[in-house]
Amino acid sequence: MASFWSYWIIILTTVTIVGISWILFANRKREQQSTDKTTGHVYDGIEELDNPLPAWWFYMFVITIVWGIGYLIVYPGMGNFAGAIGWTQVGQYDKEVAAAEEKYRDMRDRYLALSVEEIAVDPAVRKMGMRLFANNCAQCHGADAGGAYGFPNLHDDDWIYGGDAATIKATLVNGRQAVMPAWGSIIGDEGIADVTQYVLSLNGRDVDTGKAAAGETVFQTYCVACHGPDGTGNPALGAPNLTNGVWLYGGSAEQIAQTLRSGRNGMMPAFKDTLSEDKIHILTAYVYGLSRQ
Amino acid sequence: MKHDAIEKNIGVMIILIIVALSFGTLVELVPLLFAKETNEPIAGLKPLPALELEGRDIYIREGCNTCHSQMIRPLRAETERYGHYSVAGEFVYNHPFLWGSKRTGPDLARVGKRYSDDWHRAHLYNPRDVVPESNMPAFPWLFEDEIDADLTGAKMAALRKVGVPYTDDDISGAAEAVAGRKEIDALVAYLQQLGTLLQSRR
Repeated sequence: MASFWSYWIIILTTVTIVGISWILFANRKREQQSTDKTTGHVYDGIEELDNPLPAWWFYMFVITIVWGIGYLIVYPGMGNFAGAIGWTQVGQYDKEVAAAEEKYRDMRDRYLALSVEEIAVDPAVRKMGMRLFANNCAQCHGADAGGAYGFPNLHDDDWIYGGDAATIKATLVNGRQAVMPAWGSIIGDEGIADVTQYVLSLNGRDVDTGKAAAGETVFQTYCVACHGPDGTGNPALGAPNLTNGVWLYGGSAEQIAQTLRSGRNGMMPAFKDTLSEDKIHILTAYVYGLSRQ
Repeated sequence: MKHDAIEKNIGVMIILIIVALSFGTLVELVPLLFAKETNEPIAGLKPLPALELEGRDIYIREGCNTCHSQMIRPLRAETERYGHYSVAGEFVYNHPFLWGSKRTGPDLARVGKRYSDDWHRAHLYNPRDVVPESNMPAFPWLFEDEIDADLTGAKMAALRKVGVPYTDDDISGAAEAVAGRKEIDALVAYLQQLGTLLQSRR
């Protein structure tokens, strides 16, 4: 703070304290000054008593003033004067963080030294993982990790990008960006309808076999690169398996057609800049354990 | 001065009350209007682009700040949940500030990039679709209404008058930048930039 404003605060604060003290003492009456115990005011026959301020009340004022002066000596308040104990808000926060760091360091190092697979069965890790999940993951994946429309279920054995420990951790650290293109303008309405029938047939659903056959040709031209010739997908590309009846955006003919027509661009945020290594490790173990209980 | 004279002259009494009350303002508020800490933007802070600015106005219109604060206090319990505590330099272009004072919902000071755009859209359309226990209202009309692009430039010009450094190009290009965009696009764009300048791992 500029020294002008520092002096501004110091002078005004001092003037205020002195002024308040003066008002308090200058107006103090120890005894009643009139013999009839009134101020002499009469309003419509109602008189006003003139008692001195009770002593306990007066001393309460004195105590608050003394307290205020003491506070301004100990804590920062007088402009640039840092206070006798050098307290700051950020200093207190840093101390709080350092104390937590000290407290949790051993536990954190112990878990970091172990593999995800090893700690995934540890009840303490599961409990911590559940709390971390509730704060960071549950908004999309649900408090029970059961997922929602557009947000994957983490309980089942189906993994879009792979469910081994290293892949789950990579997903958490770097996030994921799905890139299902929009095919509407490329294969046309008829192509969409045909491929929809073909994709349904991959799941053993009742389909129009003629359309499904036509759809297979289109599929083997455009979709095969990511989803594979048999439609079982490719976790390295994040291309889902289309044959197991697990649908992120719904498995009805309408929903599949919509996915084909407009594409899907689901996004998992990266946590590498917001969560520390140990928390990501514990969260990985929690998610890893969800489908293996 | 006799007390009678003050009590019987309301004009004098008003002036003396104002003098007495002004000490707190003069000491606690006025120096901050000139302090470096409260007037210098943090590194990288820029005025909100047109679409984000319209999103901010929707945030205000829908009263988001009555249930969501944008102010993370320097307490470990808060920074563990929300991220780095808020600093004054983040808010120098906020007119008005949207710190809020009540957390019916979570703090949003660093909600930017925390969820996907899709999540925000699903959540604003109907919060219960993604968070079943949520009591937040749904905002389906944001998906239908378009932004009034005629006003965006004027809003920027007004903010420039109170010290937000918009350029002439910003103002003249504002209408084009938001033309045809839905309100939901603006609000999501606004939310996705909140607090992203100051990141820390927690």
